[in-house]
Amino acid sequence: MSSETYAMNDLKTRELEAPVATAIEALGSDNGVRMRVDELSVYYGKVQAVKQVSMAIRTHKVTALIGPSGCGKSTFIRCLNRMHELTPGARVEGKVLLDEQDLYGTGVDPVDVRRRVGMVFQKPNPFPNMSVRDNVIAGFRLNGVRDRKTLDEVVEKSLRGAALWDEVKDNLQKSGASLSGGQQQRLCIARALAVNPEVLLMDEPCSALDPIATAKIEELIHELKEQVTIVIVTHNMQQAARVSDFTAFFYLGELVEFGETGKLFTAPEKRQTEDYITGRFG
Amino acid sequence: MNRHFRFRKFVEWANWVGMLCCMSVSVFFLVAILGYVLVHGASYIDWEFLTAMPVPAGETGGGIANALVGSFLVVMVASLMALPIGIGAAIFINEFPSHGFGRTVRFLAEVLTGVPSIVVGLFAYALVVVPSGGFSAFSGSVAYAFIMVPIILITAQEALRLVPDSLREASLALGIPKWRTIMGVVLPVSSRALITGAVLAISRALGEAAPMLFTAFGNSFWNVNLTKPIATVPLLIYTYATGPYDDWHQKAWAASFVLLVVVLLTSVLTRAFLRGNSNE
Repeated sequence: MSSETYAMNDLKTRELEAPVATAIEALGSDNGVRMRVDELSVYYGKVQAVKQVSMAIRTHKVTALIGPSGCGKSTFIRCLNRMHELTPGARVEGKVLLDEQDLYGTGVDPVDVRRRVGMVFQKPNPFPNMSVRDNVIAGFRLNGVRDRKTLDEVVEKSLRGAALWDEVKDNLQKSGASLSGGQQQRLCIARALAVNPEVLLMDEPCSALDPIATAKIEELIHELKEQVTIVIVTHNMQQAARVSDFTAFFYLGELVEFGETGKLFTAPEKRQTEDYITGRFG
Repeated sequence: MNRHFRFRKFVEWANWVGMLCCMSVSVFFLVAILGYVLVHGASYIDWEFLTAMPVPAGETGGGIANALVGSFLVVMVASLMALPIGIGAAIFINEFPSHGFGRTVRFLAEVLTGVPSIVVGLFAYALVVVPSGGFSAFSGSVAYAFIMVPIILITAQEALRLVPDSLREASLALGIPKWRTIMGVVLPVSSRALITGAVLAISRALGEAAPMLFTAFGNSFWNVNLTKPIATVPLLIYTYATGPYDDWHQKAWAASFVLLVVVLLTSVLTRAFLRGNSNE
């Protein structure tokens, strides 16, 4: 690491060289790519929050998005299942391909996209009007599935998948809001898993949880990647290092560096990445 | 303790006493109204008063059964019209804000709550009574619905606004379409506040006499036909209170008491019901 220091302003104006294209090509040659993001830009009114980001998300791997607050990582992840459309004034350019189908193509229904790309949010948000059981099958039920046996199976399978079954199996009729914060978040994961998504997006899923609950979720992420591709936004670099296979570093709306987690954290190619992960700013 | 400090203590005390007086006066009038109605009305109430038909002027006895049933019928039909419209409009302006005229609609609703109820009655007269060729219970319901819609709309929008966006996002992120998100999550989560607003609107309508004057019109006989004039309690109170007979005045007090009890019971029972529901 160089001894010279420079101010944040220098970082902003610094030319970001060598687009990440090479890294993507390296990944893209592998056919285990579930999602491919191509030159994605996001605007809120006139402000550009994400600047021409390209990235590949590999099947059954965990991809972590890190970067300082306001760097566009949350905006970016919300574009992967078109949730950002709920924000008034948001606009997207570029492509997001899921299994080679453009999620922003004409005739693609955001409802379908969200069924295939699930999401877990920062704050646990179980439906307060529903029991634990009803929360898990909300996606099914609100989509019109009524068969009791099917639903029972989904409840058990999803809760087991989210490592919550043993804690709630005797109390499935309890209100989802009565669980602890960590349990609520795992309930939300179970709810997202119940509809069998191909990709699971997690937007800082542990930021509202205590360390023990966080550890449980991290452990869960390890198990989940066997069945689902995971993209996780995190403020916590240790967490990114622990749970992810690939890491993307965002800064000021740009994707600065993207690569295998081990390499990015031990031998980053870019100066900004190094400064961020060593705690010099952010 | 210097003089200045003592003076400030005095100002503090004087202000406190002033506000205490204001509070006492407002509570006094509330209690006075309730007490006066109770004293004058309660003694006249018996089973016959509630279940018997009115008797011709000058005779004693008889009751207000037709007006009770009439009020119930008119308000129920009004609710059937006002609740879907008010809640539907609230959903539209709160859940689809991109259409922009939500604020305008909300403003109009606020203005509408301030429109004198006699004007609402006149409007219903022009809208329903004149084209249909006669006074009717239904025209009364329309007048009541005009009073109820803005109240329901405003309370419902407040209720929907309090539903956290994170719940809408949670539902949409599961691939649940927007309309199902509204029906399955937003409305159930806000149901208590929605019910409270509906009861507020119903209580308000139950007590209004002015809009009934040239719509429901009143009726001394039994009627449950919506196309015919019908008796309602506030209208009966108005007729009896302005009539020349002492017995009528007695009955007006008694009917006022009944109306108060009904309105009070409605709120209390709703509260009890909502509280019972929360203890899951």
